[in-house]
Amino acid sequence: MTRARRWIGEHLVLGLGLLVLAYTFVPIAIVVLMSFNDSSTSRNVYKFQKFTWDNWLHPGSWADGMADSVWLSIRIALLATVVATALGTLAAFALVRHRFAGRSAANLIIFLPMASPEIVMGSSLLALFVSAGFGGQLGFWTILIAHIMFCLSFVIVTVKARLSGLNDNLEQAAMDLYATEAQTFWRVTFPLVLPGIVGAALLSFSLSFDDFIITNLNAGQEVTFPMFVYGANQRGVPMEVNVIGTAMFVISIAVVLGNEIVRRRQEKALAA
Amino acid sequence: MTSTAGVPPVSTDDTTAAKPRGRKLTGYWLILPGAVWLLLFFVIPFYSLVASSLFDPKGSVLTGYEMTWHVGNYVDAFNQYKGQLGRSLLYAGLATLTCLVVGYVLAYAIAFKAGRWKNLMLVLVIAPFFTSFLLRTLSWKLILADDGWVVGVAQAIHLTDVLNIIGLTTTDDRLLATPFAVIAGLTYNFLPFMVLPLYASLEKVDIRLIEAAGDLYASPMRGFFKVTFPLSLPGVVAGTLLTFIPAAGDYVNAQLLGSTNTKMIGNSIQSLFTTQGDYATAGALSVILMVIIVAAVMAYVRTAGTEELV
Amino acid sequence: MSQVHEGAAAPSGAHARGADGSRDLRLTGLTKEYATFTAVKSLDLVVPQGEFFALLGPSGCGKTTTLRMVAGLDTPTSGTIHLGDTEITFEKPYRRPVNTVFQNYALFPHLNIAKNVAFGLERRGIKNTRQQVADMLELVELTSQAHKKPTQMSGGQQQRVALARALINKPEVLLLDEPLGALDLKLRRGMQLELKRIQTEVGLTFVHVTHDQEEAMTMADTIAVMNQGVIEQMGAPSELYENPRTTFVANFLGQSNLIAGEIEGRDGDHVKVRVQGAVASVPGDRAHSDSGKGWLGIRPEKVLIAEAGTPIDAPGDVITGGYVTDVSFVGVSTQYSVMMPWGQELTVFEQNTGARSMLPVGTKVDISWRPEFAFLLDASQDAKAGIEDD
Repeated sequence: MTRARRWIGEHLVLGLGLLVLAYTFVPIAIVVLMSFNDSSTSRNVYKFQKFTWDNWLHPGSWADGMADSVWLSIRIALLATVVATALGTLAAFALVRHRFAGRSAANLIIFLPMASPEIVMGSSLLALFVSAGFGGQLGFWTILIAHIMFCLSFVIVTVKARLSGLNDNLEQAAMDLYATEAQTFWRVTFPLVLPGIVGAALLSFSLSFDDFIITNLNAGQEVTFPMFVYGANQRGVPMEVNVIGTAMFVISIAVVLGNEIVRRRQEKALAA
Repeated sequence: MTSTAGVPPVSTDDTTAAKPRGRKLTGYWLILPGAVWLLLFFVIPFYSLVASSLFDPKGSVLTGYEMTWHVGNYVDAFNQYKGQLGRSLLYAGLATLTCLVVGYVLAYAIAFKAGRWKNLMLVLVIAPFFTSFLLRTLSWKLILADDGWVVGVAQAIHLTDVLNIIGLTTTDDRLLATPFAVIAGLTYNFLPFMVLPLYASLEKVDIRLIEAAGDLYASPMRGFFKVTFPLSLPGVVAGTLLTFIPAAGDYVNAQLLGSTNTKMIGNSIQSLFTTQGDYATAGALSVILMVIIVAAVMAYVRTAGTEELV
Repeated sequence: MSQVHEGAAAPSGAHARGADGSRDLRLTGLTKEYATFTAVKSLDLVVPQGEFFALLGPSGCGKTTTLRMVAGLDTPTSGTIHLGDTEITFEKPYRRPVNTVFQNYALFPHLNIAKNVAFGLERRGIKNTRQQVADMLELVELTSQAHKKPTQMSGGQQQRVALARALINKPEVLLLDEPLGALDLKLRRGMQLELKRIQTEVGLTFVHVTHDQEEAMTMADTIAVMNQGVIEQMGAPSELYENPRTTFVANFLGQSNLIAGEIEGRDGDHVKVRVQGAVASVPGDRAHSDSGKGWLGIRPEKVLIAEAGTPIDAPGDVITGGYVTDVSFVGVSTQYSVMMPWGQELTVFEQNTGARSMLPVGTKVDISWRPEFAFLLDASQDAKAGIEDD
C-alpha cells in the first residue's frame, strides 16, 4: 500500500505531464485521420465518415485552388527564409561581435516584433502599403515583405544565442595556429554557428508557411495555404487540406529524427 | 606610461583578434540591411497605423482618406467595440491562466522527472508547430462536436452545467460555438509558448535547493511554493507574456470555434480592414489594442518584478 | 615577411638571429594600458632560447596579458617584442612562430583530435600531415584517440591534445596559459613531469603562465614573479625561494616570518639589524636594504624550536619567552604557531624526525635560526603582500 502510494507520488507529475503532451497530440492525430476521410457524401459536416486513400492518391481531384495555394506558400516560405536568414545572420554577428552606438535600440527593435500581436503588425503594414499607394498591388511581394519582417527577429535571436555561446578562445586559437581572419571565419566560426543558422532557417520556413493573420491582411487577391483553409472553413472543408497538414508533420518529424539519428550514429561510430 | 619613440600609437581598441573585435563601421554594415528592413516594415508602419487612425471617418478605400486629425475615431471605435475588446482580454487572460497551470505541470515534469527522455519530450512540445495552426484549430471542431464523446462525457460529469453557470457555455448540450470552445482553442494553440520559457527557467533551478527545501519545510507543497515557484518566476513572466499577447490579438480561434457572440477584437479589426474598408476605425482599434497590451504588460512586469525581489 | 612559412617547419634555419646568434624572446618596455588600469607596466624581460620560463603571480597581475601580447592576441600600448632580431610587436598572431596552449584548451569542438592537431600545418598549406600528426599523437600518448571529438575526452587528454596541436608547428616559443589549471591535483602532478619531459625532448622555449608557485618551481628553469604589472624578482626557483628581494616574493613563494627591525648598517660583508632587543647579522648578499627600518625574514622551516631551557643546535642567538599557541600535525612535519614576547606570532615548521614528541599548546619555548638563512627587506613594503586569502 505505502509502496504503491510512493510510486504514485514519484510518478504523478510525470504522468500528468505526459497527459498534457498527449492532449497536444490529439488534434494532430485528427488531422492525420481526416486526411483519409471520404467526405464526398457530405462536405458540410467536419466528421469522419468513411476511410479512403483518394485524398492522397488523386491530387488531380483536389479542390480548386488548393494546389496553387500550397505552391504559393512554399515559394513565399522559401524566399522569406533565404532573405530573413541572410539578413538575420549578418545582424546577429553585428550584435554579438561588434560594439557600436545604437546597439540597445537595435536590440529593442528586434525584440518588439516577437512581442507584438500579429493583428497589430498586419494592420500597420497594410496601413503603410495603402498610404504609400500600393493598396492596389497587394499580393506576392507584400506577403513576402511581411514574412521576411516577422521571420527576421526569430532568426536574429536564434543565431545570436548560438554565437554568444561560442567561446571566443576558439577563434584566437585558430589565429594562433596560422589561420588568417578569413580562414578563421570559414574553418572555425562558421561551422560552429551553422547549426544555429540551419535551425533559424527551419524556424523561418515553418513560421512563414503557417502564418495567417498578417498574411490575410496583406495578401490582396493571392491565397496562401492557411488562407485557403480559412476560406474553405466557411464553405465546408475539403478533406485534402489534411493531406497537406499530415505531409507537413511527417516531413518535419523526419527532419528532426533524421538529424538525431545522424548525430547518434556519428557519436557511436566515434566511440567505437 | 610614455610611449616609446618610433612605435605607432595604438589605441586600446585592438586591431587583432582580441576582445572588442572589428572596427565600428563593420558592425553598422552588418546590421544595416536587417535594421532597415525592420525600420521600413515594422517601425514606420506603426506611424502609418496611427496616422490612419486619425483619418476623416467619412472617407473610404474607394474615395480615399483625408487626414483630419480626427481623434474622435478613438472614442467611436472604443464605444462601438468595447464588448469585443473586453472579450479579447477576458478570453486571452483565461487561456493564459489555464496555460500556466497546465504548462507548469508539463514543464516541471520535463525539467525534473523526464530523465533521459527530456530531449524527446521537448521536441514533442513543439511538435504541434510542425503542422498547420489552422488545421489543428479545425480539429477542435471535431473534438468538441455536438454528437462527440467529449460533449457526452462533459454532460455525464455535469461539467456542462458548471460551465453554464459561470457563463462559458449557453446550453447544456453543446461546447462548440461557445466561449468555452474559443478559450480551449486559444489554450491549446499557445501552450508551447508557455511551456518553453517555463522549462528554461525551471531547468536552471538547482535541484539541491529543492532538496534543501524538502529538508527545511516538512511538506513538498510548501517547499514548492517557497522555493521552486519563486525561482521559476522569470519563466512564468515570460511565458504569460508570450501567451497572452498573441492570444489577445488572435481571431482564428474565435472565428473557427466560436459564434457571432464570441467575436474578439481581432475579428473586428480584420473585417473592418478587409471587408468594410473602414481604415480609420480599424486603425484606431489596433492602436487601442496595442496600448492596452503595452499598459498591461508594463503593469504586470512591474508587479511580478517586485514580487521577485521579495 | 614570410618567416612563418619557412620558419615553422624548420625553426632554427631561416631566421634572423640575434647578435650572438640566438633566438631569445625579448620584451622591452612592454606596456598594456586599459581605460581604467595598467595591466603591464614597462616590462623588460629576456627569455633565453630553449629555456623553460615561468611567469608566476596572482590573478590580475598581468601575466596572462603579457602572454597574450607575445601571442599577438593583445596589442601593447607601448614597448616592443623581439624574437632574435625580428620585431614581432605588431605582427598578426598567424604570422608569428609562436603557439599557445590555452587555459581551457580551446580545442575545436567540430573537428576530431587528428584534425585539431593538423590544423596549424594545414593552414600553412602543408600537405600530407598524416605522419607528423601520428608522431605528435604518439608523443602525447593519444594515438588510439585520433578520431574522437574533443568533448569525448577527459580533461587530461584534452590538455595533451592542446599541447600536441601547438607543438606540431614546432614554434620557436610555446606559450602555456595556466595549462594545468583545470586538472585535479593528482593529474596535475603527473602532467608537470610530462610537460618537463616533452620540453627537454623538443628543446623549445616554453613560457609558462601560472599562479601555482609549486608548479612553477617544479618545472621552470627560471621564474619571474609578477605583481601588479611589474616583475618583482626573477631567477632560478631555489634562488627566489632562499633569497627573496621583496615581501611579496617572500610571502607568495612559500611562507615567511617577517620581523620588524632597525638596521644598524653594514659591517664587513654583513648587515647588522636590531630586532626586539637582540642584534642579528644578515649576509650582505641577502640584505636588500642597509639603513632605516627593515623586515628581518626567516622561512618557517629554518626556525628551530625547543622547550624553554633545553639546548638548541644553532649558532645564532636564542630568542626566549615564546609559547605555543597552535599545533598542526601534517605528517611530514609539525607546524607551530609561537607567540613571541613582542606580541607577534611566528610560524615554525619542524620536520617530523621522531626525535621528540609534539609540543602541546601553551608550552613555553625558545627559538633560534642560523643567521645565514635570514634575509633583510626594506620596511617600506607591506609585510602581508602576496599572502593569499584562500
